[in-house]
Amino acid sequence: MMLTDLTIAEARDGLRAKRFSAVDLTMAHLHAIEQLNPRLNAYLTVSHSQALAQAQAADAALAAGEARALTGIPLAIKDLFCTQGIRTTAGSRILEPFVPPYESTVTANLKRDGAIFLGKANLDEFAMGSSNMTSAFGPVENPWKRRQDANAVLVPGGSSGGSAAAVAARLAMGATGTDTGGSIRQPASFCGLVGVKPTYGRCSRWGVVAFASSLDHPGPFARTVRDSAILLGSMSGHDPKDSTSANVPVPDFEAACARGVKGLRIGVPKEYRSDGMAAEIEALWQQGLGWLRDAGAEIVDVSLPHTKYGLATYYIIAPAEASSNLARYDGVRFGMRREGQDLRDLYERTRAEGFGAEVRRRVLIGTYVLSAGYYDAYYLRAQKVRALILRDFTDVFTQVDALLTPTAPSAAFGQGEKMDDPITMYLNDVFTVPSNLAGVPAASVPAGLDTNGLPLGLQVIGRPFDEATVLAVSSVIEQAAGFDALPAIRAGA
Amino acid sequence: MSLDPATIRRIAALARIRVEDDQVESLRTELNGILGWIEQLNEVNVEGIEPLAGGAAMALTMRDDVVTDGGKADQILSNAPERIGNFFAVPKVVE
Repeated sequence: MMLTDLTIAEARDGLRAKRFSAVDLTMAHLHAIEQLNPRLNAYLTVSHSQALAQAQAADAALAAGEARALTGIPLAIKDLFCTQGIRTTAGSRILEPFVPPYESTVTANLKRDGAIFLGKANLDEFAMGSSNMTSAFGPVENPWKRRQDANAVLVPGGSSGGSAAAVAARLAMGATGTDTGGSIRQPASFCGLVGVKPTYGRCSRWGVVAFASSLDHPGPFARTVRDSAILLGSMSGHDPKDSTSANVPVPDFEAACARGVKGLRIGVPKEYRSDGMAAEIEALWQQGLGWLRDAGAEIVDVSLPHTKYGLATYYIIAPAEASSNLARYDGVRFGMRREGQDLRDLYERTRAEGFGAEVRRRVLIGTYVLSAGYYDAYYLRAQKVRALILRDFTDVFTQVDALLTPTAPSAAFGQGEKMDDPITMYLNDVFTVPSNLAGVPAASVPAGLDTNGLPLGLQVIGRPFDEATVLAVSSVIEQAAGFDALPAIRAGA
Repeated sequence: MSLDPATIRRIAALARIRVEDDQVESLRTELNGILGWIEQLNEVNVEGIEPLAGGAAMALTMRDDVVTDGGKADQILSNAPERIGNFFAVPKVVE
């Protein structure tokens, strides 16, 4: 077996047993990146020398018997997390020259636990997209291929497309992502990975380039549920620097994976069953419910009546918050500048040239829905519908312990598809957006392949701060599915 | 509700994003498409519902009003496109 094929849990044991060193493990990944990244474009920046220095420090810690949860584990970091001294672009021209003088809390937590950062992963610009096609630095190729059409270049999903492609192709053992409307779970589904969007407040947003602050959730990608639990445990925790960070204990997520589902009540929300749903996704969903029933769970039909309004609510609230958050990109304090005739002209030229089309569109929508005379009709109404969506979840979690749904309405699609009008792309997030609006934890776990041989994920949604149950349910699906298919493009293939 | 070209220009000016004349019509089509789709929220009965600002159903905590950080002018200015001494530099704004 190649070092790049190991899970995080296996690598952790191998490092402690001195079967290989952190430098060996890091070099194997850097070599794979050198081979495959020119094609996949999963990394925007490869931090070669810093990674090797971190690996040497990890080997010293291992030799001294001071290994921590992630000592020597090489990861990819979504290029939305500020990393001290390493360029952080958010996938945007406007931040192309930006080198943060500080470290985000989540990446600081990972470093504290000994993780090695291989580099910064590509993403949709400012995390706005579902295909990684809006990145200012080019699209990412999904390492998975259709069986009958190996030449078609598929998207890895988005916005955390580079993170997902890197982990799937064995260019990292795990990765950080952020999920504002599905940006961890949808790419996890498209790339055959586990992706976890924890409860709002579980992982600090401090030092994460802001898109929509009330919806942004940092979380992990990994190839197994257990690995995602190990990463989540390190990333979580109270942070006084984020006023919305929750001061609640972090349970042992890894231990929770083995809990099983015996006696749990699993809800099936009828509103997630649309007439247009692909038959194979419906069949996979039923199979997932069957696996949980066989493992001792009780399946219960439930209703989340405001589900159909989730996307429209999201496309008012997210652009509104984005228009406010992105006001900071003014060409004066950091980032790119385009000179103008006066200060106002400088602002307008900098922002017109620095932002791509989707970001400009969302900032304009957000500016409009917050503007005088329209605030009540759009933004305030959306906040009220958001309250109803949260109430749906609160009500349903008095009846069940978790929900099972499909993650996305389709498998990975081709680069250039769904680009005809913005709303077609937005529909990708129909099943993922409601849990961002409600702040409840949710994970995508690979459950099967479609007729083209592409991975499909199932989504598990849980109660606030009950990621443990989400991970337990996900583990049962993972074991029952026995998902062992591999992407066509990967290290050593 | 349909946006006219003048409104597109007004929004762009508020957002400080330069829009060229030949971009107005395509932006108008895109934004009207999105706003038309969003109008489905008008069918939801929201009477008596309190607006929800955030996903966390928790109160923000208070903290002591004290200085905890500072003295980092060089770090803060390290990414400035243009600086003069310890200041961000911009084109002249006062005659």
